[in-house]
Amino acid sequence: MSKVEPLPREPQTTVARSLPVYEIERLSKTYARNNLTALSDVYLTIHKGEFVSVIGSSGCGKSTLLKIMAGLLPPTTGRVVLDGRPVLGPRPDIGMMFQQATLLPWKTTIENIVLPIEIREGRAAAKAAHVRAMDLLELVGLGEFPNVYPGELSGGMAQRASICRMLVADPAMLLLDEPFSALDEFTRDFMNMEFQRICMERGATAFLVTHSLEEAVILSDRIQVMKARPGRIVEDVRINLRRPRTLEMINTQEFGEIVAHIRELLGKEAHE
Amino acid sequence: MTDASRPEVEDTVWEEREALIDRIPRWIAMTFLFVAVVSIWDLVTRMGWVSAIILPTPAETLEDLIFVGGNLIAGEYMVDALWTTTLTVAYGFLIAAGIGFSLGVLVGETKFGERAVMPYLVAIDTMPKVAFAPLFIAWLGFDIGSKVALAAFIATFPIVVATAAGLYAANENERLLFKSMGATRLQTLLRLKLPTGLPYIFTGLKIASVGVMAGAITGEFLGGGRGFGALIRQSASQLDTPRVFALILYLSLLGLALYFTVVWMQRYFVFWNKAEKPGGIG
Repeated sequence: MSKVEPLPREPQTTVARSLPVYEIERLSKTYARNNLTALSDVYLTIHKGEFVSVIGSSGCGKSTLLKIMAGLLPPTTGRVVLDGRPVLGPRPDIGMMFQQATLLPWKTTIENIVLPIEIREGRAAAKAAHVRAMDLLELVGLGEFPNVYPGELSGGMAQRASICRMLVADPAMLLLDEPFSALDEFTRDFMNMEFQRICMERGATAFLVTHSLEEAVILSDRIQVMKARPGRIVEDVRINLRRPRTLEMINTQEFGEIVAHIRELLGKEAHE
Repeated sequence: MTDASRPEVEDTVWEEREALIDRIPRWIAMTFLFVAVVSIWDLVTRMGWVSAIILPTPAETLEDLIFVGGNLIAGEYMVDALWTTTLTVAYGFLIAAGIGFSLGVLVGETKFGERAVMPYLVAIDTMPKVAFAPLFIAWLGFDIGSKVALAAFIATFPIVVATAAGLYAANENERLLFKSMGATRLQTLLRLKLPTGLPYIFTGLKIASVGVMAGAITGEFLGGGRGFGALIRQSASQLDTPRVFALILYLSLLGLALYFTVVWMQRYFVFWNKAEKPGGIG
């Protein structure tokens, strides 16, 4: 964490300093096409059970960072290591979620959920995974909809199904790319609380890209604040609000102070 | 508590009314248009504004419709002609679908296809394809083969373009999802791009089903043979216009049958895409 500015307050270490799951060192990404430096000298360690968010204005490189972490994009320099093994491409121990639910409309909800297994291990393994998929559907409150086609699910339900798909292979690392940003505000608040519950229940390690300050603060143990040109992490903000977080916390002074602090960090950039 | 000072006000209930032209039920609208067109047609011929050789009266046409219909039902020579044309159309359509789909996958899935094959396809597509008919006759003779070739030739291009467009239809997130699951190129093609592109491919097949009819009949006009097109040409050369009209109407049934076969297949295979289409026929 050599490139990180001093923390705004002393960390109270509510998160156990357990094993690092994801380690990134001196990562940079330059697009040869237009010689644009999307990421410069990024260091990031995510520990087991930790929820880390990255926030920044559009074009700050947060999506590039996520794609490199997912093995969808090769880095230019640096070390990207998940569970002790370098990330050299997409991996079964990474679960992903996107802005849209991206459920295939010709498959039922449960068939969509076991899709990662069908792709990697074939149809028989996918069929065998239906039991696990059913447990996940119960977990997210979709227990009555395994055989419904996605066209009949609401936006929030579809995103819950895509949470199940992300979890079905029991990945070591969850990567989320603005997963609830296409939902209306109330559904989004509800989904954030649901997602917190699911992560706590499963002890999940998650990395979330978002451009919503409140969403980042309410979900995260740490927030990486990013700035553009070149894309870099300017501060690692630790959120010491107790868990489980509730929507009422948004109105507390502590929450307000954190939001104000990050907003100031990001605002400075806008006037630079 | 009601406010005594306020007068009692009725509920604000009002209805939004559609214009009359949008409220006519389908069967009334269709009957009305049919009657209107036939009446004008009848008037034009009855008043002698147009020569009977150029435009027969509705009654004459009906007479011939009944005659041709009777011939078809009785299984006489016209059935053979219709069957020949049906075979030409069916073979032409299947060949066009096979070649069009394969070329479409080549163009839509590989950079080589997009960069090398597509420009030549566009170049050929801009040519008037009917002009190739003499070549097909020279190569394949006056039998059904040359007509099948022309029909398939005309119908192939819309399928190529539609298939290629369909393969581009999967969005960025869906592609990323498949990539993140470690899907191979073939898996991504078969399980994401092709199903996503099916509505496009069926649109191409519908356009092709119209083109294949035109190709088959043009082939029969130019190359003779035993098809329905030859019957039409024969009647036309005898200035038997009512017969021509009747034959064309029965021919259109073949076109409709092919078109609705494609529509039915689309409903079956693209069951998830239930978007209401105007007219309910596509």
